[in-house]
Amino acid sequence: MSDADATVVLDNVCKIYAGRRVVSDLSYALHPGQVVALVGHNGAGKTTQIKMMLGLTRPDGGRLSVLGADPGHGRGARRALGYLPESVQFHLAFTGRETLAFYARLKGLPASGHDALFARVGLAEAADRAVRTYSKGMRQRLGLAQALLGSPRLLLLDEPTSGLDPALRRELYGIVADLARQGATVLLSSHALTELEGHAERVIVINRGRKIADGTLDELRALAGLPSRLNCVLDGAPQLVELSQSEKPAVLRGLLDRGATRITLEDPSLDDIYAHFLKREAA
Amino acid sequence: MSAILTIARRELAEGMRNRWVVSMTVVMAALAGAIAALGSAPTGSTATGALDVVVVGLASLTIFLVPLIALLLSHDSITREAERGTLLLLLSHPLARWQVVAGKFLGQLAILTLATVIGFGCAAVFVIWGHGAEGWQAFVYMTAASILLGAVFLGLGVLASSLVQESSTAAGIAIGLWLFLVALYDMALLAALVARGGHAVPGALMDLALLANPTDAYRLLTLGEGASAMLSGMGGVYDNSHLTPALLVAALLAWCLLPLALAMTAFSRRNL
Repeated sequence: MSDADATVVLDNVCKIYAGRRVVSDLSYALHPGQVVALVGHNGAGKTTQIKMMLGLTRPDGGRLSVLGADPGHGRGARRALGYLPESVQFHLAFTGRETLAFYARLKGLPASGHDALFARVGLAEAADRAVRTYSKGMRQRLGLAQALLGSPRLLLLDEPTSGLDPALRRELYGIVADLARQGATVLLSSHALTELEGHAERVIVINRGRKIADGTLDELRALAGLPSRLNCVLDGAPQLVELSQSEKPAVLRGLLDRGATRITLEDPSLDDIYAHFLKREAA
Repeated sequence: MSAILTIARRELAEGMRNRWVVSMTVVMAALAGAIAALGSAPTGSTATGALDVVVVGLASLTIFLVPLIALLLSHDSITREAERGTLLLLLSHPLARWQVVAGKFLGQLAILTLATVIGFGCAAVFVIWGHGAEGWQAFVYMTAASILLGAVFLGLGVLASSLVQESSTAAGIAIGLWLFLVALYDMALLAALVARGGHAVPGALMDLALLANPTDAYRLLTLGEGASAMLSGMGGVYDNSHLTPALLVAALLAWCLLPLALAMTAFSRRNL
């Protein structure tokens, strides 16, 4: 895919806050129909990147293009953009419906007629209750409904799953997948790789404002080259073998031929891979 | 324009929801009512209309109360959004930052206008019912000027809010502004006049000093002419100055628009 059809392009983008490089020399492009995860520790510069894409803060160097425009100038592009801030907050005195109507008007959409959206995020029952009475999960649902207003072409979700229960988390990823299937670009930030399995087709690992890995989860696994751990009992004695991907079939066959029992094979977890990348960076 | 109106409507709705509008209207009506009841009580025969007497009392009240209410309303316009955690989401929408400032200001102006018109209106109805409608023009004039004075302090409050990070800091600035413009300024002016030991101050200098403080411009505008000039004693000041009502209104408008423009610039430049 070329940069021509990319929704978001970062080209050597830098951002300095109070003398500290929060984002440095960052380059990547996001394409329609992709769910991309931005993974990094708290303070790695994920939110800063999203703020720059929204035009809320300007990069100190490099070029940034969002939906074909510079987010710092002109706000037309924001009409086709949905944003869910980290732990989203709303005015507590208004109902869910009033809140959504307000944001719809700001986007130039009709204030009413968003029942389908409430149903989609599972808030149909609670739409006419004050936000004050909402649980954290319900506020997050309302935030998602707000981000989905007007079928955006680019969706920026800042830590969308933090504080959500597993069921809600799965629901959220379902909605995200639907949107990507319809051609939207979805960028979500997360501080855990593990929960992204099966949900994000591409992962960009960020550490201290730098990109340290970029690819599908499988590619990251291969890139890390961490060994799998095999436990078994051979001739009455427990054995522990570390094997690479390529050694796996031959070693397994050999062990089976020699009559090994109680075989367990443990692939490196995503957290191991993440830790590996961070360690490599620190070295 | 529609973004500004959306924000303004939201601000007004918020004022209704958190009982700001109701409580402010009640306070205004209660104080205006008290002044009307006391001020229009027959104490011998006067040549002026009962409403004229009330205008003087109400204008003196307005100088203290309206700036205070306006600053209370506006000092946390921006900081409140930031502290509540809704500012980023708001600004991620297709609207410019100056539109947020303009919308907030308009919404607050609507709240202040509602409270003033209803509050003062109650008092006016009370007086007219008892004593007739003579002097109603001065009353309408005074109400409009009071709203303009409120707009000035709304602008100052919004400016304070867009310059600092926290509501508490903005509140401190607001209190300082109120104290200086409403109380200390006139005391200092008086002290300066006394210190000159009876030597006349050049008229132009005095005019400038009166224009430099919106509350003085308001005082001169509402109490300088007609029946209320005689009752309030402001006629003397007014007669000796070259300030016309148009000039005073222009000064108040400038006092309102300048801080507002500064607030828009400051907020637009802010790195979030």
